[in-house]
Amino acid sequence: MNKYLDIFLTFSRVGAFTFGGGYSMLPILQREVVEAKGWVEEREVLDFYSISQVLPGMIGINTAIFIGNKVKGRWGGVLAALGVAFPSLVIIMVIAAFISNFVHLPLVQNAFAGIRACVFVLILRSIIKLFRGSVIDWFSFVICVSIFLLSVLTDINPILYVVAAGLLGLIYRRARSIEKA
Amino acid sequence: MIYLQLFWEFFQIGIFAIGGGLATLPFLQRLSESTGWFTLADLANMIAISESTPGPIGINMATYTGFHVAGVLGSIIATLGIIFPATVMVVIVAGFLEKFSHSRTVQQVFYGLRPASVGLICAAGYSVLTISLLNINAYRALGQVATLFEWKSIVLAVVMFFAMSKWKLHPALYIAISAVVGIVFRFGGV
Repeated sequence: MNKYLDIFLTFSRVGAFTFGGGYSMLPILQREVVEAKGWVEEREVLDFYSISQVLPGMIGINTAIFIGNKVKGRWGGVLAALGVAFPSLVIIMVIAAFISNFVHLPLVQNAFAGIRACVFVLILRSIIKLFRGSVIDWFSFVICVSIFLLSVLTDINPILYVVAAGLLGLIYRRARSIEKA
Repeated sequence: MIYLQLFWEFFQIGIFAIGGGLATLPFLQRLSESTGWFTLADLANMIAISESTPGPIGINMATYTGFHVAGVLGSIIATLGIIFPATVMVVIVAGFLEKFSHSRTVQQVFYGLRPASVGLICAAGYSVLTISLLNINAYRALGQVATLFEWKSIVLAVVMFFAMSKWKLHPALYIAISAVVGIVFRFGGV
């Protein structure tokens, strides 16, 4: 089989079996790409994974692009990204097209009111998990809380907060390391 | 031109949503406010559908929003927009992987970025709270504190929180159960 097609189809499988956030993609990548295809070693996947965390974009997608790029250069990376996204496109389009016909029914409105309560809990739980991993000292705590308050109370574009927080992190850590040295 | 605007909005989200798929949430919330393409309630429904269908949640959100705004083509364009920056960046970084991952500067920047992303997701979570467990319109109309809270939803949320801690089942299952509870107890009030 054509290598590019192979990359696209393999990563489509990865996309189709991933549920939820980027973290849930790791075991499927391991099975499809490391064990079934032998394209990369497990250690490499973990390396890609940790570097993906310090790159813009979603972690799972970034990892997939790294692997595709390793297998067949930049177009391999592109096809890996397209492959991961492909099942979502098809499935969500079908659901979205279908659901708009039913949204006005009382039954569906009641169902979604129940679902919204559940969605809040899902978000809350993932916030708790992320908070434990990212808020590690008083400085990161202050950043997290002030950005929370600022975005609830003001109408500033979140992009500005992201840029400012990156700069603050850089300045603070630089200052600390100079202090120590 | 709506397609160009869609691509541009999701291109930005692809750059600035740091971390997992839910990091797209604050940006989508902002998008709903600035464009009126979809409501907060639509967004909550999109999260439920993205969580219970296959595919990474960030991609699902892009696909769903794109479809909601501009049909099949919108869906494709939003998805391409969100993966485009990552693809370019990864292909570049892959050339000097070692140097990049050990860079002090990169680590220092991300020391600030990660808690910022959590703060933004908290704020988006707060908005979902206001449309899922609170009824601000009823409170404004009647002025009674008791009408502010959607008691049935709050009870369901508390039960779900503890159920998810006890049994690590698939989120789609909890979403399905909540839908049934919503129908049986008429959560929407209709």
